[in-house]
Amino acid sequence: MQIFHCPFCGPRPDAEFHYAGDADKPRPARDCSDEEWARYLLMRANARGVARELWVHRAGCGRWIVLARDTVSHEIGGSEPLNP
Amino acid sequence: MPGLLSRYSAWRLLREGLAGQQGWTPAWEDRDPDPAYDVVVVGGGGHGLATAYYLARTHGITRVAVLEKGWIGGGNTGRNTTIIRSNYFHPQSAALYDLSVSLYETLALELNYNIMFSQRGMMEIAHNQPELESMARAANAMRINGVDIEVIGRDEVLRREPLLDPSPRSRWPVYGALLQRRAGTARHDAVAWGYARAAAALGVHIVQDCEVRGFAIAGGRVVAVETSRGTVRAERLGLAVAGNSSVLARRAGFDLPLQSYTLQAMVSEPVKPCLNTVVLSTSTGSYVSQSDKGELVMGGNLDRAPSYAQRGSFRISQSVVSPLVELFPAFATLKLLRQWGGTVDTSPDNSPIIGPSPVAGLYLNCGWGTGGFKAIPAGGTLFAHLLATGRHHPLSEPFDYGRFARGELVDEGHAGVAH
Amino acid sequence: MSTSRRLPAGGEIDRSRPLNFSFDGRALSGYAGDTVASALLASGVQVLARSFKYHRPRGLLGVDHEEPNAILDLRLGARHDPNARATLEPLAEGLQLSSVHALGTAGRDLLAVLDRGARFIPAAFYYKTFMWPHWHVYEGMIRRLAGLGRVDARSRAQAAPHRHLAVDLCVVGAGAAGLAAARGAVAAGRSVLLVEQRTRVGGALLWRDATVEGEPGSRWAGRVAAGLEAAGARVLAGTAAVGLYDHNAVVLHERGPDGGRIWQVRAREIVLTTGAIERPLLFGDNDRPGVMLADAALEYLRRYAVVAGERIVFATGNDTTYVAAQAFAAAGARCTIVDSRTGSPAQDAARAAGIEVVAGARVERALGRGRVEGARLASGATLSADLLAVSGGWTPLIHLYCQARGRPRWDEERGTLLPGEPVAGLRVAGAAGGARSLAEALAAGAHAGTGGGRVEIPDCDDRPFDWGGPPDTRMAFGERRAWVDLQNDVTAKDVALAVRENFRAVEHLKRYTTLGMASDQGRTSNVNGLALLAERTGRTLAQAGVTTFRPPFLPVSLAAVAGTQRGELQAPLRRLPAEEVHRAEGAELREYGDTLRPAAYGTSHDALLRECRAARERCVILDASSLGKIEVQGPDAAALLDFVFYTRLSNLAPGRLRYALALAESGAIFDDGVVLRVAAEHFVVSCSSSHVRAMTAHLEEWREDRFDLSRVFVHDATPQWATMAISGPQSRRVLEALALGVDLDDAAFPHMSAHDGVFAGRRARIARVSFTGERSYEVSVPAGLAAELWRRARAAGAEPLGVEALGALRCEKGFILVGVETDGETMPHDIGMGRARETRTDAYLGDRSLFTPAACRSGRRQLVGVAAASAAPLPVGAHALSRAGGRRRSVGWVTSSHPSAALGRPVALAMIEDGASRHGEELEFEHFGAMHRGTLVAPCFLDPSGARLNV
Repeated sequence: MQIFHCPFCGPRPDAEFHYAGDADKPRPARDCSDEEWARYLLMRANARGVARELWVHRAGCGRWIVLARDTVSHEIGGSEPLNP
Repeated sequence: MPGLLSRYSAWRLLREGLAGQQGWTPAWEDRDPDPAYDVVVVGGGGHGLATAYYLARTHGITRVAVLEKGWIGGGNTGRNTTIIRSNYFHPQSAALYDLSVSLYETLALELNYNIMFSQRGMMEIAHNQPELESMARAANAMRINGVDIEVIGRDEVLRREPLLDPSPRSRWPVYGALLQRRAGTARHDAVAWGYARAAAALGVHIVQDCEVRGFAIAGGRVVAVETSRGTVRAERLGLAVAGNSSVLARRAGFDLPLQSYTLQAMVSEPVKPCLNTVVLSTSTGSYVSQSDKGELVMGGNLDRAPSYAQRGSFRISQSVVSPLVELFPAFATLKLLRQWGGTVDTSPDNSPIIGPSPVAGLYLNCGWGTGGFKAIPAGGTLFAHLLATGRHHPLSEPFDYGRFARGELVDEGHAGVAH
Repeated sequence: MSTSRRLPAGGEIDRSRPLNFSFDGRALSGYAGDTVASALLASGVQVLARSFKYHRPRGLLGVDHEEPNAILDLRLGARHDPNARATLEPLAEGLQLSSVHALGTAGRDLLAVLDRGARFIPAAFYYKTFMWPHWHVYEGMIRRLAGLGRVDARSRAQAAPHRHLAVDLCVVGAGAAGLAAARGAVAAGRSVLLVEQRTRVGGALLWRDATVEGEPGSRWAGRVAAGLEAAGARVLAGTAAVGLYDHNAVVLHERGPDGGRIWQVRAREIVLTTGAIERPLLFGDNDRPGVMLADAALEYLRRYAVVAGERIVFATGNDTTYVAAQAFAAAGARCTIVDSRTGSPAQDAARAAGIEVVAGARVERALGRGRVEGARLASGATLSADLLAVSGGWTPLIHLYCQARGRPRWDEERGTLLPGEPVAGLRVAGAAGGARSLAEALAAGAHAGTGGGRVEIPDCDDRPFDWGGPPDTRMAFGERRAWVDLQNDVTAKDVALAVRENFRAVEHLKRYTTLGMASDQGRTSNVNGLALLAERTGRTLAQAGVTTFRPPFLPVSLAAVAGTQRGELQAPLRRLPAEEVHRAEGAELREYGDTLRPAAYGTSHDALLRECRAARERCVILDASSLGKIEVQGPDAAALLDFVFYTRLSNLAPGRLRYALALAESGAIFDDGVVLRVAAEHFVVSCSSSHVRAMTAHLEEWREDRFDLSRVFVHDATPQWATMAISGPQSRRVLEALALGVDLDDAAFPHMSAHDGVFAGRRARIARVSFTGERSYEVSVPAGLAAELWRRARAAGAEPLGVEALGALRCEKGFILVGVETDGETMPHDIGMGRARETRTDAYLGDRSLFTPAACRSGRRQLVGVAAASAAPLPVGAHALSRAGGRRRSVGWVTSSHPSAALGRPVALAMIEDGASRHGEELEFEHFGAMHRGTLVAPCFLDPSGARLNV
């Protein structure tokens, strides 16, 4: 039971959030190659250590946030709205 | 194979019993790494050890090292809930996992190590009509793929597991089940140790406490690994490191479509036999079997946050236990003894990745997610073929890394229950 | 048994309240305040259990959670615990206890014969045999021999709901250090939770003599605890901190009947004052009943007034044991101390007090068969005894520190594992932190509690605590086996065997021998095992490593873990606002997605056909309230929907509706639904019931990812509205009767348009949209009016329609259900909706995935209808077979199949490879070995032109 810091709601239990993948992944244009598309769609940073993750505060404000979180220690670095 | 003198048998136990158990020799010797090998397998889990064994046994390649950063069998091999089954939907998957089940069936005799494969059957219970219908679809697919599978009715399910709550008022009423009779469980540690012992007897070097920190790549080809115990050169290099695959892939310069999560498992205190099969609740994903020692071995959904921490959260423990207590009301009188977590490498289609990596000379065996243990003999066989020949075995072809760019996923997602 | 070992006075027991209980059929008695263990010990019952593997007789080694042996079957009324721990279970009137894991009773166990063959079944023997012809041949026998207690099929347990608590400080362990910590913290103004595993606070102050702040330690403890509670702190006794999780989440288990209760605590800081437990000594037959930890014997004496022996040999190498010896001597027992050290001031003091001390000596083996009768020393001398009280040094309880990823370090001086580097948010104090005296423990506790600042340290008489040094392994490999793990029957020789076979990594040793894996989790065996491993491998204990400490610290009732997640609360159902009306109509309610909906009205098979007929011939009403109603508003609403939906929506006219598909980024169909454009900047997305939350999140994701947040808003209004779909050739007449204030003329109100109206004085929305293929009206009203709307429509002639009949009706029309017809691979061009893929050039979700090689190749499964060759519907899930090349292969499957009341023959939908171009082809369908035949047809069986929409 980790505590995530929602930029809108403050510290909340992780159960309220839903994981949605890597942050900072620009969506390629339609004319990209199959490989580029697969990289966007399927490849994951899967960082061991500090990761920048996209979460949605489903059972709270419903907003999407970017969370800096250590995937080994589960320490929370910080969080920001996906779209401030 | 271990030599005649070191073979295990009831007779040998008797003889050693009379001699004070003094005559046993190491199951495998710890080695310092040599400077170079034909094949280096990174990861001393079930897949890595099995790969080394089949390299030596099937392909006659014995200049092989298995490099393990900790102790062999200490990752997911030693942390999973040991279920072996092949009830997969797609023909490609069925072929892969069925090969595994078949190899498991004779593995104890082949390795001369009792891995305790107990084919007591597995039931995936349907809790409503739509689930039963989708089970029919899955069962028919499996039967056409040649997998032994049947859908059994409510009464038959209750006959097999009398402790199940028969009430239609249960939150998870029993409608029927998908039964695979050949499925079951095995002793996880024994699989690792049995392969290690047999591989070592064939000349494979097992190097524990040897962490791979990087790769030497020359001209686009991997030539060596940098380890905590020096540089080790290799003609071919295989990665079989489960949850840590992404980390090593990045060090070699490419990405994988994997996400590492914690999968929890837990056991109850031991009780006398009370559960005959492996039981999985389809709606909830929770499952339970009883170990030979008598503990209920329980598992279920992944923890929700990506993690390398190898430890679970209490909330997931609760979500695993609660449906089982609902299914088996008498289990409420038992106690949770131990809970742990492993790091599983989940892929987008819940199918593994076996094949060449984007770096020449470097091969991948990963992405087994929650189901790696059941695939160890097949994973080892196919990976050994790949490392020995540089080419896919026909059964591993569909699981190539290139399928992601082609969009040709082998989507076992709808069967994507964690075990 | 008449042998009462109870002292005439003293202890915490209430002699005015005798309690009767039974053990293996023998009537016994004890007192309120006893544990089951203390009452059995007082009654002279020495053999309580049998060991796991060799069925050796076992008595009490310990007094608390460290006890490895005393596991019993417990019954009290309806309550049943098949693995009750005698040391943790309070005695109660009428308890029925019986031994587990014995063929017979613990006293007379026919399986004791297994011990005779022990030499042939050492650790891990089972990996070396039972292979031919197959493990299955032997497994049944092994399984029956394993296990402890027996599950009773009739047994139930319903534990209390979890409780949640947030505090500044959680102190685990209410001994001297813990009390000092809690008091310090309260004084510093912090909110405090003090947790104590035993049923009373005080820790070792309850049984070891001490004076704190001028009063006896146990009284001081009670006074401090009362003071804490008075000051607002919470003190939970009989409660174990069983797990420490991320971000200082502490999980507690409060013991109680029926499983007790879980507490989930979030603590800003945690102080562990969990104390230390004694280790057994390693010598031959050290598992005999009557071999007991010295400190445990003292606790039985002081707290329960039970004298565990009258002729006691204390075997030790530390001064702490002398406290126990003197207490027993004072209680009248004959005591001899066998001390491995050659000299210590404590020895002189003991001798001065009249206790015999054999210095520089070790016990080589326990004497006696069923129970201890004496001890033989390494010198060959024998001493008679009925209790062998042992102390092999001390181990601090730092499980929670380790769970928090603390790494213990070996402390050579104390001879034990102590906490190493500090862990943020966690302090360890008292004996758990290595304190060497009561004074040190109190000081460390007080400091830990205040977390700096002014500290008031309770004064006490100085009570040094002798840790005893590293485990003494010199007597471990004698002629007789020396037990390391009593419950799992792991001996020193087993450790040696494991090392010989190269199971030298500490985790390998544990797994190979099962050392420390019993239900006591190696409490008393881990460090002794490490010492033996170090000795056999020539390593130091610091090099030997430690195994992972895994939660829970103590076994926790599964009922307690589940808490209120039982029955429906486990996965609560969504319910329709008009559920009671449906029940009154005789509806059979079933779960669809997570919503309870009427499957059919009446249970007979005829109900389905009757309802279908009513829909095609007259008029039906379906409660569609669970369908999504997601509002999307703002200047960019159309742009957002254009991106999220595969079907273009920006060119939809206000007041009109359109059927639309949304894709996942993978190109697979994510959901379908009907979108209403209320006004230029206002849409309502009606998605399928089970997708409402996901669709809302989906819209919100892309809104946040790509749009100016001030220009488009997403709001899920589903629960605010009830929706009734009124459908059938006579539906317009029903609508007229409802008098919604809307012009129902088809010119003014054509199919796929919507109008606002009024129902019962409130705003209603009426949309012409059809799930049945018939003329239909969806009437949405505020949720509170659901029942009223239903009743009035019924009164106007609409007949109820359930979800099952709806399935048949939509199947006749070839309308798909996402998740039934489609799966994670189905793309829009697979279901005949490829137009947007061909024509749209702007960006939309999943666009690029529709053009990967896999998306473009032939052989994709496509939606078709199937006309069954026989009168019976094809089975859902039957697979179509191809036998091309002599190989049986599935080319797809039946997704929906129903009898059709309108057509008088069955209808089915299927997903078949290249199915769209194979209409007219007859295929074989296999279902559980039986073959069926069917012809592929267009996926619409009824009214392909849609004329009935305007009938």
